[in-house]
Amino acid sequence: MTSVVICFLISTSFAAEIPQDERRSGTAFMTRETQAMQEDDRANPGMLAVLDGEALWKDAPPGAKACAGCHGEAATSMKGVAARYPTFDEARGRPIDLEQRINLCRTEHQHAPAFTWETRELNAITAYVANQSRGMPITAGTDERSRPFVEAGRALFNKRQGQLDLSCAQCHDDNWGKRLAGSVIPQAHPTGYPEYRLEWQSTGSLQRRLRSCVFGVRAEPLGYGAPEQVDLELYLMWRARGMPLETPAVRP
Amino acid sequence: MTQALVNVPAKAKRGEAIEIKTLISHPMETGYRHDTNGQPIPRDIIHTFVARYNGEEVFRADLHPAIAANPFITFFTVATESGVIELTWTQDHRDPVTQTANITVE
Ligand code: HEC
Ligand code: HEC
Repeated sequence: MTSVVICFLISTSFAAEIPQDERRSGTAFMTRETQAMQEDDRANPGMLAVLDGEALWKDAPPGAKACAGCHGEAATSMKGVAARYPTFDEARGRPIDLEQRINLCRTEHQHAPAFTWETRELNAITAYVANQSRGMPITAGTDERSRPFVEAGRALFNKRQGQLDLSCAQCHDDNWGKRLAGSVIPQAHPTGYPEYRLEWQSTGSLQRRLRSCVFGVRAEPLGYGAPEQVDLELYLMWRARGMPLETPAVRP
Repeated sequence: MTQALVNVPAKAKRGEAIEIKTLISHPMETGYRHDTNGQPIPRDIIHTFVARYNGEEVFRADLHPAIAANPFITFFTVATESGVIELTWTQDHRDPVTQTANITVE
């Protein structure tokens, strides 16, 4: 009994991580109307990106094969893939996220220029690939090699920063469910990316979302594709392990 | 690029109220914003949306700059006879777009 209590005290003194059975997707904090929009593929504006992605999947760059030319039907070849990204990449000796993996196929296998971050194209093809894993449990970050990068991401999540001197954890671990002006603070589970944000009036990546939270505490946002940014994505995915993917999610 | 997601029931009973949903991929640029160089971004909106059922107009909407990107328009009409539902939206700078869906009324 005593040892159980002590363990609990130690773990909370490091960081008040949300117990597994209290984790909730951002969907749970939305209004009924926004939830209904997400659930109906004919009303979910993120589906426009998924359909654009499907067209890109079949579209061959000049002199190269289309994604479909090597990977065939995405419904089979890409099923479950997004649930384990960011994933450790042998050649680079560190994790890469799904956008980076897709761009490696663009440059190395299609000999085409990489899609620029946060463009309609990159978000569309990523949304299409991730949509193939909808409903599947997140497994990213659970392997041994990812461990140090999950820890690096965790350290970033717990580090205070910016003029407001706030860490991600102070909002998303300690104060989820409360309000920040008009918005409910969610638990920050990256279950639905790329996702459609009504505020953005477009589909955006997880990196864009992270940059806007960093901007919110008046700190300097990390660059797109920065290793620290990918570590943070990896930590968030590991933190959401077992939760089902929802791409394309809709968020306020 | 995907232009729209149109949802019309494939089948309906005569006299039944049916819901027609259209999600259109469109920037709905207001015309009031400036780009990072301070240049005004020209207005680019859908300004009219019309639905015709076997040629007869059953719904019309005027859209204005305050409407968000990717407008989602839904309305009800009564299923009268089998045929074609034709949805047309007219926009700045580009040709109007028409999408059609067939409906069977029993
Ligand atoms: C010429 C063949 C080829 C083309 C074209 C190609 N890929 Fe790949 N792709 C591969 C190979 C081979 C791998 C395995 C990793 C490696 O060796 O680079 C891979 C891996 C992947 C993965 C990771 C799968 C996993 O299980 O982790 C994704 C996602 C992916 N490709 C998406 C795409 C997309 C999207 C496109 C089109 C933009 C594309 N690929 C085009 C050959 C191709
Ligand atoms: C001051 C409080 C605050 C801080 C600090 C903060 N966020 Fe957020 N975060 C929010 C709010 C509020 C939202 C919801 C935004 C909305 O609905 O407009 C959000 C949304 C998110 C989401 C989206 C979740 C979803 O369901 O899609 C992620 C991921 C996220 N934050 C990660 C982070 C990370 C990583 C950090 C640290 C770099 C961070 N946040 C720092 C308040 C905060």
